[in-house]
Amino acid sequence: MIGTPGGSLLVLAIALPLGATLIAFVLGGQAAARIARASLWLWLALAVAIVAMVIARGEPLTYLLGGFTPPLGIALAADGLAAAMLLASAIVLVAAGLFGRVAYPAPSWEKGGRAAFAYWCLLPALAASLAVAFLARDLFSLFVALEMLTFTALALACLDGRPSQFKAELRYLLFALLGSVLYLLGCALLYGAYGTLDIGLLAGNTRADAPTRLAGALMTVGLLAKMAVFPLHLWLPPAHAGAPPAGSALLSGLVVKGAFVLLVRLWFWVLPGPPVAGAELLAALGAAAILVGSVVALRQERLKALIAYSTVAQIGYLFLMFPLLMAGDPDAATRAWMGGMMQAVSHALAKAAMFLAAGLIVQSIGEDRVAGLCGAARATPLSVLAIGIGGLSLMGVPPSGGFTAKWMLLRASVDTGQWWWSLVILAGGLLTGGYVYRLVAAALSPTPEGVTPRPVPRIQEGAVLVLALLSMLLGLLPLSMLGLAQIGQPVIAP
Amino acid sequence: MTGWMLDLPLALGLFGAGAATLAARSLFGAVLGFISTGLIATLVWVRLEAPDVALTEAVIGAAATSVIILYVASRVGGGAAPPAPPHIALRVLAATLSALLAVLLALALLALPEQAPSLAAPVLEKIGPTGLGNPVTAVLMAHRAIDTLLESAVLVFAVFVIWSMAPDRRWGRAPGPAFVAEPHGPLAFLARVLPPIGIVIGIYIAWVGADAPGGKFQGGAVLAAMWVLPWIAGLIAPPSIRDMRLRLAIAAGPLVFLLVGLAGFAWAEGFLAYPPGYAKILILLIETAMTLSVATAMACMIAGPPERRPQP
Repeated sequence: MIGTPGGSLLVLAIALPLGATLIAFVLGGQAAARIARASLWLWLALAVAIVAMVIARGEPLTYLLGGFTPPLGIALAADGLAAAMLLASAIVLVAAGLFGRVAYPAPSWEKGGRAAFAYWCLLPALAASLAVAFLARDLFSLFVALEMLTFTALALACLDGRPSQFKAELRYLLFALLGSVLYLLGCALLYGAYGTLDIGLLAGNTRADAPTRLAGALMTVGLLAKMAVFPLHLWLPPAHAGAPPAGSALLSGLVVKGAFVLLVRLWFWVLPGPPVAGAELLAALGAAAILVGSVVALRQERLKALIAYSTVAQIGYLFLMFPLLMAGDPDAATRAWMGGMMQAVSHALAKAAMFLAAGLIVQSIGEDRVAGLCGAARATPLSVLAIGIGGLSLMGVPPSGGFTAKWMLLRASVDTGQWWWSLVILAGGLLTGGYVYRLVAAALSPTPEGVTPRPVPRIQEGAVLVLALLSMLLGLLPLSMLGLAQIGQPVIAP
Repeated sequence: MTGWMLDLPLALGLFGAGAATLAARSLFGAVLGFISTGLIATLVWVRLEAPDVALTEAVIGAAATSVIILYVASRVGGGAAPPAPPHIALRVLAATLSALLAVLLALALLALPEQAPSLAAPVLEKIGPTGLGNPVTAVLMAHRAIDTLLESAVLVFAVFVIWSMAPDRRWGRAPGPAFVAEPHGPLAFLARVLPPIGIVIGIYIAWVGADAPGGKFQGGAVLAAMWVLPWIAGLIAPPSIRDMRLRLAIAAGPLVFLLVGLAGFAWAEGFLAYPPGYAKILILLIETAMTLSVATAMACMIAGPPERRPQP
């Protein structure tokens, strides 16, 4: 038996966007754009099918590539975490595809066709990279996924071709490559110790000895650098804020989540009884990211820089689940797990919506200072609405996905007696409210004299608003959908 | 006994080359140190009886990477004015962290099991159906085919990422700068003499990969060098990125690999499985396409973003 029913869907989720990238690259021109867009819609359909299959079966889908069983071969698997992240990524990428119809209309070999050609090659390439990062069950295949993500992220951020942006991206590349090297070193140590890199075989079989501990530490630091966790966050704001809107949305919403999924796999599957002190350190870094990122976001002059610092803060929440999962209380662990997943998904949708909306606002009123947003609500009401709704989700206002995420984490922290994390969650929510209020209040103030906003294409505003609404509606999902996150949830011995 | 006499100079040499790279005062000095590090590392792999790794290290690590770095160093003004060194505190911090990492790695390596767990035996056991003689190729093309497929796709990603960094006004041109031809210079001589030999060697390295150390990445890199040499000598002009044949050559490897993999759904056990009896021929087909793609992609990576006007 080469896989569970539906296992071939996992193969297609990788092969389809990969093939689309290659064909788009070869054909170029309008064909590239059409192939990329069609592949993203099909990818969304695949993601929906995978989610439906995982929920229906109540257990992960798996597939053994080439029919070889690990440790010789490589397995693909979709548990609740992978399926949920896949679906969120597909939604964001389809929205980016709709957005790009206007922003990058004409890929060609003539002057002005460069960014469009790159954009339509990069969207399916990013889809393929994320699919590998979420589905592969082999630490080395995951390394390849990290490399694919680094390349695509780099090019997406430099899409404008502004030399000033290259400097920020060079710094990002330095952090990302350092992270890759540390991750690869860890892989080598683990292979030396266990003779396999298959996550399923490593799970429950690793020993708490020096090589394993060091491998875990190196890989964790590497992934933290890629996720821009405080204090390794310095590369993120310039890299994400300077990218074109669609690039920022994909970088902040999706790319950092790829490294997050790897970190979760490493900690709760590979490492032997993950160290509680280490988990507390991660959560402390996350807490610092929430507070520092939010305070700095409050003080930003520029719209996109504010949203980028908000990413630093929101990534911090993902780390609060680590010590809560390991407290030895199964109910609290489930809540923390669901809270973490919900935060990853809702932030992906909300942040993508906010960056895209910010791009539309800047395009319409030609102003990217927060203080200069006057009249934006009149010029681009739907974009301002999208920023507001996305902001509510980041703050954790019911019934948004962000509310469910933060509520679950809050309850888990109270239930396990680790109340100090709940203070951080509440303070983070207040600070988020502060910077979102700044944006919305500025946008709602009257239009200054002599400014004529340019109209914004409906299809772009529509795509952005749908993303924001989805991040809000996530909180209304029926319990059966929330149960998705629990399928394949790791059991962590206290 | 004799082992030590070889190993000690190699170990010290590797250390020394690394230190020389770090301490170099000019960019070119650092690049030279980097090349020597790669060459000594190649010898180390030979000593460790890992000829496949040694070949890869020599061709990719020491040669191809060095060419790219040398080329970049010369374009940014090379040894003339070394960039200002970072602040002393930063340097001390970096040195401390690196030294700490080295010590920890050494301790962890010593703590690894004496008898390293290895998959070599099961790989050799299962090599039969693939019809291959080189277990490394069996791992790369059958057991872990997905990694190889994705790595070959990464090369395509790298090419369009590099192209996408071109200034808008140069988009649609041929990769790399224009080189002035010196018809009677030493470079032009080399560019005439080496390729006939180099192309045969490159194809041979790719071909023997099925049974002996070698393979598409190493062979492709040699072929890339044989293409780049006449470019630099100004004897031939690279095609423009508009040319679909260029892009097809770059993407052919992963495309063929992907198609054969998908065909496995219909004619074999599943994705990336080979039908019994056809494994070797399919693997050769993939490797041929991949050699072409590796060679073209590497040449394009060395050349850089489009900048030269296409030849009329």
